[in-house]
Amino acid sequence: MHLSETANTGFLFLAPWLVFFPVIGLLINGIFGGRLSERMVGAVASLASGAAFVVSLLLFVTVSGSHGEAMRWHLAEWIHIGELSLDWTFRVDSLSTTMMLVVSGVGTLIHIYAIGYMHEDVRFKSDPGRFRRFFVFLNLFIAAMMILVSGDSYLMLFVGWEGVGLCSFLLIGFWYEMDTLARPSWANSDAAKKAFIANRVGDFGFLIAGFLMFFAFGSFQFDAVFAKAHEVPHEMIIAITLFMLIGVAGKSAQIPLYVWLPDAMAGPTPVSALIHAATMVTAGVYLITRSAPLYSVVHEAQNIVALVGAITALFAATIAVGQYDIKKVLAYSTISQLGFMVAAVGMGAYVAGMFHLVTHAFFKALLFLSAGSVILGVERGHHHAAHAHASPLSQRERARARESKGKKKEERHDAHDDHASAEHHEAFDPGDMRNMGGLRKTMPVTFWLYMIGTIALAGLPPFAGFWSKDEILLDASHHSQTIYWLLTVAAFFTAFYMGRQIWMVFFGEARHEAAAHAEESPKVMTVPLMILAALSILGGALNLPFEGFHNLGHWLEYTIGEVEALGLDMQVAGVSTVLALIAILISWLLYGRNPMKQGQVDPLKKGLGPIFTGMENKWYVDELYHAIIVTPFNKISYFLADVIDWRFWHDWFHEKVIAGTYNWISFIGLNEYADQKGIDAIANGLGVWTQNFSATLRKVQNGFVRSYALSVLLGVVLILGYLVLK
Amino acid sequence: MIPVDYYIILSAILFVIGVLGVLIRRNALIIFMSIELMLNAANLAIVAFGSVIKSFDGQIFVFFVIAVAAAEVAVGLALIVEIFKSKRSIDVDQMSSLKG
Repeated sequence: MHLSETANTGFLFLAPWLVFFPVIGLLINGIFGGRLSERMVGAVASLASGAAFVVSLLLFVTVSGSHGEAMRWHLAEWIHIGELSLDWTFRVDSLSTTMMLVVSGVGTLIHIYAIGYMHEDVRFKSDPGRFRRFFVFLNLFIAAMMILVSGDSYLMLFVGWEGVGLCSFLLIGFWYEMDTLARPSWANSDAAKKAFIANRVGDFGFLIAGFLMFFAFGSFQFDAVFAKAHEVPHEMIIAITLFMLIGVAGKSAQIPLYVWLPDAMAGPTPVSALIHAATMVTAGVYLITRSAPLYSVVHEAQNIVALVGAITALFAATIAVGQYDIKKVLAYSTISQLGFMVAAVGMGAYVAGMFHLVTHAFFKALLFLSAGSVILGVERGHHHAAHAHASPLSQRERARARESKGKKKEERHDAHDDHASAEHHEAFDPGDMRNMGGLRKTMPVTFWLYMIGTIALAGLPPFAGFWSKDEILLDASHHSQTIYWLLTVAAFFTAFYMGRQIWMVFFGEARHEAAAHAEESPKVMTVPLMILAALSILGGALNLPFEGFHNLGHWLEYTIGEVEALGLDMQVAGVSTVLALIAILISWLLYGRNPMKQGQVDPLKKGLGPIFTGMENKWYVDELYHAIIVTPFNKISYFLADVIDWRFWHDWFHEKVIAGTYNWISFIGLNEYADQKGIDAIANGLGVWTQNFSATLRKVQNGFVRSYALSVLLGVVLILGYLVLK
Repeated sequence: MIPVDYYIILSAILFVIGVLGVLIRRNALIIFMSIELMLNAANLAIVAFGSVIKSFDGQIFVFFVIAVAAAEVAVGLALIVEIFKSKRSIDVDQMSSLKG
């Protein structure tokens, strides 16, 4: 066992259980889940995740007890080839425990929320059998994420990195055979493939960074690599860090690989909250923070990272302004906020980046889960409205559709069973903000929770988002004016699109009867949201910019070295707060004062015209990628498949050359003269000759004892004669 | 003292008689006796050489040969008795059922 030198290792022995608990949970659900009730399945999964949270807490206590000393727990041997020796070793230090707490804490809350959410979602989409599968995937994700954050080497981190990518793929395509409106379509599985392929491009960069790292450092282990950071040529480290940035751009959805994240909203909303907002997408930020000793050597690479983050932050924020889907707005907001974090870690402000990562995990999970609550509420309202206004004809149609859907999907314990068929959804999108309005009255709890998340994200004091965003802006103002202004404008847009969303969704009058009939969500969904809301309000206390309150900063100092603690700069804080207030005011003027009517064009479109159309269509980046990558790729594939593979290899080479030559040889070779009179004759002749020869030899064995004795005598005489006369 | 050559010549004569007996006679008993003759020819030569080099090793060796020969006689005679029981003859030329 490679224990650290400190005498007190406390609860360190629990480190592998971070991974084992979720794995046990998924095994129980995977093997016996079919016999368990929904409640049991949800409870097992939540307990598994909760146990991981308890382990994280105990590890946190252990690390703080040993003054932030990095500790390792060696679990098993892994790769020992030549110079390379790598083991399954868990690294427990202040940075990894921070990530563990966020992942398992937010993860557990989302598990609990998902019990309520998936209960209804699987019914609206008429497949209760998938409830269990969802929780198996969710636990698998927690396990993979734990490997990612607790690995002691880049290779173990990469194992987790790929594992969360797989879970992301599985969960985006959770409803793989239908689109978000439950119509038969491959839209969701296409979104899953898009996410996987975009991540593959990023992972390729990460892999090259890994190869270069092994070439330059001869090791993957963090400490071994960092110890040599000053010995290796400068250019090599630039190459490693920039290839690593490609991996970060894939996983953390930065320009140019961010395009998968908005489409990933096809997955169930708890997945969007857990994987595509709070935890997995922050893996890139964690990777850069973990690699701080490498990045701090090369300022050129740092500047590129910061610039990529800042541009992404602004670019995504402008797209979010033009979106109508409640989850798409949040998706672009996530990209934008990830841009803030990447910019922060790029500037070397690791504490600010990690601080924003933590608070963002709180309020973005809160926003996504509240959005899920809104969507389900509207969906419920839609069922009620359809039920109340149903004509006899449509009832008959529904009954017929239900029959044809098969009786095996009969639900046991749900009030919505009667309406569980899919045809309600066909013309109605419960996630479209143009269908909402006035939900403040019908869903008051969700409204207040959403407000808290919005204020935290918009960056108004004293909510969590203000403190973390302000720290990033302050670092940027010291570092580079370009990045500072990019981020400040992005923060302005952030406040604006969140204001727009609040006015459109919760204020004014209902623009669709579904919104008018919307219903509040059950407690199992709202209680986790309240905890997240409390964290979104108070999360800023982790690292207040006042003397003596830099808790997170001092905590992370143990891992990433000395950190400059910044105070509160009234100018920076004032500018961002005033801008946020102005943005919210503009959004009120546009969307709040005169609420949108049903079918009305977005008021911003009148003012901005083509610019808004550009925002609405995501600046045509998808179309651009389609034109310059997907279409040529398809053409090349078609060329390779049709011309090269089929026509050249199959039609010409295989059919004409190989098969033709073979037939020709057969024609020459396999006729009466060559085959029967040539080859057959040789084989038969050999047999006949052997027979004749053995018949001759057989005569020697005549059976007379005395002739054998004579043979023996002759043999002895011959041998003796040879020995004597030799 | 009689020269050792005489013993060797006598041994050779006895041995040749034995060989001829084995090769020529068809009666299994006679063949058996001829084999004994060859064995004893060899014994005679060993004892003669032993006395030339003034060593008891030859005589000890011969004792062992005689003992083994006695055992061999016991087995051989038992075989001949069994063969006679089944074939009513001890003519070795009739024992040719392994002919190829």
